Amino acid sequence: MGRLLKRLRSWEGLLLVILLVVLAYNILRVPNFLTITNQINLFQLGIEKAIVVLVMAFIIINGEIDLSVASMMGLAAAIVAVLYQNGTPMPLAILAALAVGAAFGLMNGYFVAKLGITSLAVTLAGYIGFRGLARMLVEDNSVGDFPEWFNRLGQQGLIGPVTLSILIYIVLAIVAALVLNRTGFGRTTYVVGNSAKVARFSGVSVERNKMILFTLSGFIAALAGVLYAARLGAVRSSTAEGFELDIITVVLLGGVSIFGGVGTMLGVLLSTYLVLNLRNGLVIAGVTGNTQTGIIGLLLILSVLLPNMAAAARSRLKRRSESAAATRAPTGAGSGAGTATG
Amino acid sequence: MMDSLLRRIRPEQFREVILALVTLGVLLFFASQIPDYFNGRSVNRLTMGMAIPLTVAVGQVLVVLTRNIDLSVSSIVGLAAYATGTLLARNNDLNPFLAILFAIALGLILGALNGLLVAYGNVPSIIATLGTLALYRVALVEFSGAKTVTTSELPAWLDDVPGANVFSAGAYDLRVMFAAALVVVILGQLVLRYLPFGRRLYAIGSNPDAARFAGLPVRRDVLLAFTLCGGLSGLAGFMFLVRFGNITVTAAQGLELQVVAAVVVGGVSILGGSGSMIGALLGVLLIEVLQTSLLRWQGMSEFVKDAILGLLILIAVTADAVILGRLREMWVRVRRRDQEAARAAAGEGAIGG
Repeated sequence: MGRLLKRLRSWEGLLLVILLVVLAYNILRVPNFLTITNQINLFQLGIEKAIVVLVMAFIIINGEIDLSVASMMGLAAAIVAVLYQNGTPMPLAILAALAVGAAFGLMNGYFVAKLGITSLAVTLAGYIGFRGLARMLVEDNSVGDFPEWFNRLGQQGLIGPVTLSILIYIVLAIVAALVLNRTGFGRTTYVVGNSAKVARFSGVSVERNKMILFTLSGFIAALAGVLYAARLGAVRSSTAEGFELDIITVVLLGGVSIFGGVGTMLGVLLSTYLVLNLRNGLVIAGVTGNTQTGIIGLLLILSVLLPNMAAAARSRLKRRSESAAATRAPTGAGSGAGTATG
Repeated sequence: MMDSLLRRIRPEQFREVILALVTLGVLLFFASQIPDYFNGRSVNRLTMGMAIPLTVAVGQVLVVLTRNIDLSVSSIVGLAAYATGTLLARNNDLNPFLAILFAIALGLILGALNGLLVAYGNVPSIIATLGTLALYRVALVEFSGAKTVTTSELPAWLDDVPGANVFSAGAYDLRVMFAAALVVVILGQLVLRYLPFGRRLYAIGSNPDAARFAGLPVRRDVLLAFTLCGGLSGLAGFMFLVRFGNITVTAAQGLELQVVAAVVVGGVSILGGSGSMIGALLGVLLIEVLQTSLLRWQGMSEFVKDAILGLLILIAVTADAVILGRLREMWVRVRRRDQEAARAAAGEGAIGG
């Protein structure tokens, strides 16, 4: 356990170092980069993804994955747009989108938790299906003309320069960190992610935990989709397409293990800020959006590959020094192993 | 009744029978709704549309059988189509077979990269290929400089390939491309059935740990499955070039979903270890029938397609998990009872003798 903590701490340390390098680049290239307005703009550009990252961290720590979040964002945006266009009052349209998000999330959870189907397959269906529903609603139009207050909420500061989205993010991030670290639900999430079987035998309700998480995931993704619609001012069927790549990358880059059971909110928040800065730096450096996505893809692979390789190298090193110690002094093997792990 | 049926066929084979019946039902339904449904032109268009997803699906089955997934296939198809197109545009008299080989070789390399990441880097395939899906597409965008390969730059023989027939019966043609895809399916099925490599794929997917303990070359086989999947995607890239001529940087985008959907609908278990090329063929057929028929069906918008596709996948995986799980339990019970009966009979025989 102590070694695990050390590894985590070093992963977050590494993130911090990379973050400082990227930050330094941004600060050198952009005058007044660290002013509050600039920082708010930086967050504002990826705020919807950052919001979904918070719940995705729980899902992956739980040992599952939700590929359908970006399609859910698109569907929620489409629902708001089309309902409003057809005369539904905006608040009702928003409620409807959120309800659909929670309902589809619950559906995902039911298939995963109760029927025992892998989340990969279930949410792949959602990934295609929710996007398909959005396409049915919006077809190949661009639906906009939202009420003025809605666009203002999405684009302008609510308290000073701080927008509604950022406020929601701050609140959710604090809640997420507290829930994950300080509550039974958070501990259950880790336990289930480590081994659903062990969790079940020790009387933890695995199903309830998963159902709640997937429902939350659908709901939060829908919320993020509505916020995105407000910020963009218009909705297409392709709105938020491909966001799941960014979202999952940020979570894994934050040190959450794709196999579940491992990860911290601190790491995830660090990597969120890192990726926001990285995107910003790439824009400054004149890298196009498409190539940025490629770099994020590369990061995604490396964030899993590098720890794997490090772990393999470490265990090889350990085995070698253990066998060396064993041959040198068979009676002193215990102390040899002790220095190898230290 | 059920018992004797279960003695004869394995539960997995039910899937293909059920799927074939569903496809037949869908065909009959559309035939009753759309006048002149089975005319030559539509059928030919259907088979042409199947050629590319079918070729990729065969590769995908190899990967999915090992309890992995390859989401990067569409980017490999796009990249191979574009690179081969550029090559042919620059050397108009290049031997057609060299062009095909080039496309396949490119696919093999990209597939091997996926395989290395998954088998030797221990990166989960969903992560690795989600990453390379983006990376290979970016490689295409960077390589192309946002230019398009156009039909006019390509050698003339390419124009003749899509319409070329192996033979035709009346208005119905067996196009070369579809025939090639069918050959790939048959070869794939033969590999799965008869080659040790094919049998090992099932073993690896059913229980990777057990396969490793049994001394099977798990890493090598997974690498090979990904490599072959890449190679077939490269071949499909060549088909894409032949069929469409104009290749943009977004070529084949989204194809991965159609293929994964077809494979899953075709009864290849996403958890690995069970499925067949015939199932994948039926999956591709069903999805293609739905796609082409929805367009022709009055009062149906083309935008429903993906929603139905998502629903289909959900139904397929649920049916797989719930119904087949039951069937498999029953099958195991019947087999065990039979074995016990046989053992008891053998025991009596031994005492008697």
